[in-house]
Amino acid sequence: MADLVPLLKAEHLTMRFGGVVANDDITFALEEMELRCLIGPNGAGKSTFFKTLTGQLVPTSGAIAFRGQPIAGKLSHEIARMGIGIKTQVPNVFNGLSVRENIWLAVRRKATPRAQGPAVDAVLEMIRLTDHADRIVATLSHGQRQWVEIGMVLAAEPELILLDEPAAGMTDEETLHTAAIIREINKTRAIIVVEHDMEFIKQIAKKVTVFHQGRVLIEDTVDKVMADQRVRDVYLGKKVAA
Amino acid sequence: MAVRFSLVAQAVVVVLAIVAIAVIPGVIELFAMMQLTLFAAMAVLALSLAFIWGFGGILSFGQTAFFGLGGYAYAISAVNFQDSTPSILLAIIIPALFAAILGYFIFFGRISDVYLGVITLTVTLILFNCVNSTSGDEYRIGKALLGGFNGMPAVPTFNVPFYPDQVLSPEQSWWVTGGALLGVFLLLRLLLALPAGRIVVAVRENETRASLLGYDPRKVKLLTFILSGAIAGLAGALYVNWGAFVGPTIFSLSLSAEIIIWITVGGLGTLLGPVVGCVLIEYIVAYIGSQQALNSNLVLGAVLVVFVLLLPKGLVPTARDLLMRLVPAPKAKERLADGQVPPSAAASHMAGAE
Repeated sequence: MADLVPLLKAEHLTMRFGGVVANDDITFALEEMELRCLIGPNGAGKSTFFKTLTGQLVPTSGAIAFRGQPIAGKLSHEIARMGIGIKTQVPNVFNGLSVRENIWLAVRRKATPRAQGPAVDAVLEMIRLTDHADRIVATLSHGQRQWVEIGMVLAAEPELILLDEPAAGMTDEETLHTAAIIREINKTRAIIVVEHDMEFIKQIAKKVTVFHQGRVLIEDTVDKVMADQRVRDVYLGKKVAA
Repeated sequence: MAVRFSLVAQAVVVVLAIVAIAVIPGVIELFAMMQLTLFAAMAVLALSLAFIWGFGGILSFGQTAFFGLGGYAYAISAVNFQDSTPSILLAIIIPALFAAILGYFIFFGRISDVYLGVITLTVTLILFNCVNSTSGDEYRIGKALLGGFNGMPAVPTFNVPFYPDQVLSPEQSWWVTGGALLGVFLLLRLLLALPAGRIVVAVRENETRASLLGYDPRKVKLLTFILSGAIAGLAGALYVNWGAFVGPTIFSLSLSAEIIIWITVGGLGTLLGPVVGCVLIEYIVAYIGSQQALNSNLVLGAVLVVFVLLLPKGLVPTARDLLMRLVPAPKAKERLADGQVPPSAAASHMAGAE
């Protein structure tokens, strides 16, 4: 009986900063093509978890495997080349370059020179910035810069996409569009989304993992998680209870 | 359309530059031409820092280390071979190798930007002190006496490649130096328009994002550092050819500081600016030196303060902004209309094209 290797598997992952334990013995598995939402109050360790997955931090202990390959301790660019793409919480974009150049830098790692132009145009279309393609990214609004970063992540065509608060700073209409894009790319790729906006979670979520004080509190379907009393206590508070 | 127009305009400017370099010996005095030769050699040095600082985002205080290594490499091998052909190559290769070794430890050791400044500065000081203490007959490499603080006089100047007895005249030396300046300028312009150059700028803009996309910032920075070291080395050879002399003051801290002033005055993030800044400042320094009424360091300091306060962007970017303001409408339209432009050509004004 052959065990199916999960796309991503973290085992007993611990990340300490001095006396602070940001991630405490986290065990997490993600299947191919899965869409997972991570929620939890501020300081629960969600972004730290993402940083250890992408090589921005080296975990204190524990193992991470991407398709069975260990990645804990590898450098960011090595992990990126294996096929993990991330939109970080604070937009990480090339501020001094144009939107087109930003997307192109992500596309050219995979596409042949001939295919680069059309690929860039397709991504610009998807993130609805075709009209602003030649603007310098620094001059765009916060929401638009979020889009540029999402566009770069999509353009690199990773196998696993990590989105840290993709809807932050977006209008309701833009949030709807983001949810639509996430559902669309989930048809071919696995995604993990960190988000605070519960309405947004309800639009996209299937399975939800709740982080609390560096540990996994509960992992279940979105309805069950929302109904759970502990989750209400630590995170949702009055907003859902009311 | 816009791209074709700008290509034509650039080609015209290049042709004008070639013509200017060609006819200058016929129109100005020998002394002025010798001075221009010196300025052109220094401008190559300015370009080496303009590239690594303005486009690579790495402030290296140690460009004079590579400049001096290039100068000494040229002088030592020219004395030994009595032929400048391999010496010029060595003046490029040795600083590049040195940059590769130093850069490997800096970038792969993940040393932060501040320490990079400290290390490059220190390396310059170490080289200065090492070379400065090589007086005496025991310090010789082949036939070349290093000469310590006295330096190496009577270094053979450039000759026609592979013909050691056909030494270049001052006019020919000017053509070589001016041509080298134009060549390095065009090489860097071309590089910055190519994908490799865009990646260098991307790493400057956001190292985290570059690595999250799969680019290795350490490798990109190391290659930038090596190229910049090689260019500074070439500048060193050009400088020694100009004076037929090299001494340890080539590693001096005041020259390191001067390069930074050239770039600040001319405009960081451009290639033309540092060349303009270099020639302007060097001209002012030479003029003040001949007047002996003012201390040139005092004036340099004042110029730097004035520029940082009043024209923080530098001459060339400020002039470009003024031009853009005079003719804004058509430019903006052309830019938007051009859907098929490769990203390198479009909207690169922030990243480098002047």
